[in-house]
Amino acid sequence: MSAVTLTDIVKRFGDFTAVHRMSLEIPQGSFVTLLGPSGCGKTTTLRMIAGLLDPSEGDISIGGKRVNDVPIHRRNLGLVFQNYALFPHRTVADNVAFGLRYRNVGKDEIQRRVAAALDLVQLPDLGGRYPKELSGGQQQRVALARAIVIEPDVLLLDEPLSALDANLREDMRVELKKIQQRIGVTTVFVTHDQTEALAMSDRIIVMSKGRVEQTGAPEEVYNTPASEFVATFLGASNILSATCTGIDGDIVALDLPDLPPLSVPRDRAPRIGGAGPARLVIRAEKLDVLPDDAAPDDRYAVAGSVETVDYQGQSARYFLRVGRHSLQAINMIDTHPLPIGASVSVRFRARDCAALPSEPRT
Amino acid sequence: MTIEARERRQPWILLSPALTAVVLLLVVPLLFIVVYSFWLRSAAGADTPGFHLDNWQKVLSDRFYRDILLNTLKIAAITTAVCAVMGYPAAYFIARSKGNKLILLVLLMLPFWISYIIRTMSWINILGISGALNSLLLTLGIISEPIQMLYNEVTVILGLVHFLLPFMVLNIYVSLEGIDTNLEDAANSLGATRWQSFLQVTLPLSLPGLAAGGLLCFVLGAGTYITPVILGGPRDAMFANLVFEAIIRQLNWPLGSALSLALLAVLGALVLIYNRYLGMAQLAKGLG
Repeated sequence: MSAVTLTDIVKRFGDFTAVHRMSLEIPQGSFVTLLGPSGCGKTTTLRMIAGLLDPSEGDISIGGKRVNDVPIHRRNLGLVFQNYALFPHRTVADNVAFGLRYRNVGKDEIQRRVAAALDLVQLPDLGGRYPKELSGGQQQRVALARAIVIEPDVLLLDEPLSALDANLREDMRVELKKIQQRIGVTTVFVTHDQTEALAMSDRIIVMSKGRVEQTGAPEEVYNTPASEFVATFLGASNILSATCTGIDGDIVALDLPDLPPLSVPRDRAPRIGGAGPARLVIRAEKLDVLPDDAAPDDRYAVAGSVETVDYQGQSARYFLRVGRHSLQAINMIDTHPLPIGASVSVRFRARDCAALPSEPRT
Repeated sequence: MTIEARERRQPWILLSPALTAVVLLLVVPLLFIVVYSFWLRSAAGADTPGFHLDNWQKVLSDRFYRDILLNTLKIAAITTAVCAVMGYPAAYFIARSKGNKLILLVLLMLPFWISYIIRTMSWINILGISGALNSLLLTLGIISEPIQMLYNEVTVILGLVHFLLPFMVLNIYVSLEGIDTNLEDAANSLGATRWQSFLQVTLPLSLPGLAAGGLLCFVLGAGTYITPVILGGPRDAMFANLVFEAIIRQLNWPLGSALSLALLAVLGALVLIYNRYLGMAQLAKGLG
């Protein structure tokens, strides 16, 4: 059963359409991420589910019940904000207890559940403190405890990790996912950070300019991007213009200007309908950069040279010139990256590529 | 000179013009007043220097002064309460309105461009015997004779509210502006209705602004002198009017000094209590 269903949702602000006709089913207990750059409509969508914004058109259902006319305070949702939004004049325990006071929960029961929630977010001893006495990470844990203690039907997270610094963000990411799995709450997560989306989600909805670009499991969205936007927004990709010369069973044949032709498996090019202009997407980490005297193997190989090296410790990002193409590759390295100017052999497998129909330029 | 020493000196250098003005124009005259309050006014009209407690004894024991002081505090308190009740919704509206905030704030400040005395006197044109309200009621046939609406305690409070309301609105507005709107959303999402989240979250967080506005209204209201003169009757004198009476009419500077210091002490005590519990920083925020 779907915990949250959006049917033909449209949101306009004056002349500006923030969310174009959008439909979405969020399965019970799943972790779904709305991913996209700022202004793509992801937060607007979240706020409509929360009841903080009214959709201009369409229906929103939670637990099978239409909630368009149900005010936010009766939707039973847990909401976590980027800036924590803790009540500064109340202690941590009072913050967490806030929602329970509107739910006919007895005093002892409130105490027990607040303690359990603070245990769950690993802050068992901080109930008596005030929010401003806590670090950012601790404050966000309190905000999470406050949102889940009411046992919400849906947990809505609006960029909850973005205000934390890098290391803490990664820890919180793992922990947030662990807590979500333990309590099994349906979760809608909004972020602009592809790493968070890939690491945490059961399903990712990639949005751009108020439209859904692609919906799918993280590997699906990552490996088989449905559009150039998805290919470039998630990870570093090389996009080459190509021409599809035909489909033969499970093989999609592509001609590349200046490069030898290439055949991509059908399941890596599901949107190609037949012969015509196309795009070839190669992930930067799928391009292997070898010295040009390396022994040939069964992979697709082209000769090129290193233009720039971006050394990153355990890996290096190479900017390569291959014929008249500029490509980038991200490779793990043992000791030293290849030097600038080195002649190299660039290799990849056709099954690591994806092909898209060419999009009309707008 | 070390950088540190220079940095220590810099605030004093920047403050010195203002500090000089405050010392010369406020602290020194105040000390004169203190000294004056212990002098005596002789029958001949010349003041006798010395250390006499006669004025203070009179100020502190005479029921007449005590009653007027209590009445002054009462009028200031009612004015402050009315300003708070009227000002809070207005401040809330401005703080939560989108886009046209600046226009609303300019409208709020607009009355300050007109002299306070003129603004106070405008009520005579509205409430006077031949004023707008009486003319309207006569024309409508609701009354047959003009009613005397002016020159009582109500009109004094009306004038004070008119004068002080913007201070209250501004102070509450500043504290409401400082409250993250996500807090109300969070409270709503947890099950509080809009009214409940206002009472539980927004109102308590805006209390410092309300208190700052209250202090300003009370102090300015209790020290007012013009409003009871223009809009009050003979029985509506406030404490500042007594000071005026003593110094200008009776030329009794020593008594006037003692009276003004008594009012200063009462209001000063109030400010100290406020500072003890809320701090002056909030007041500075509301004035900026």
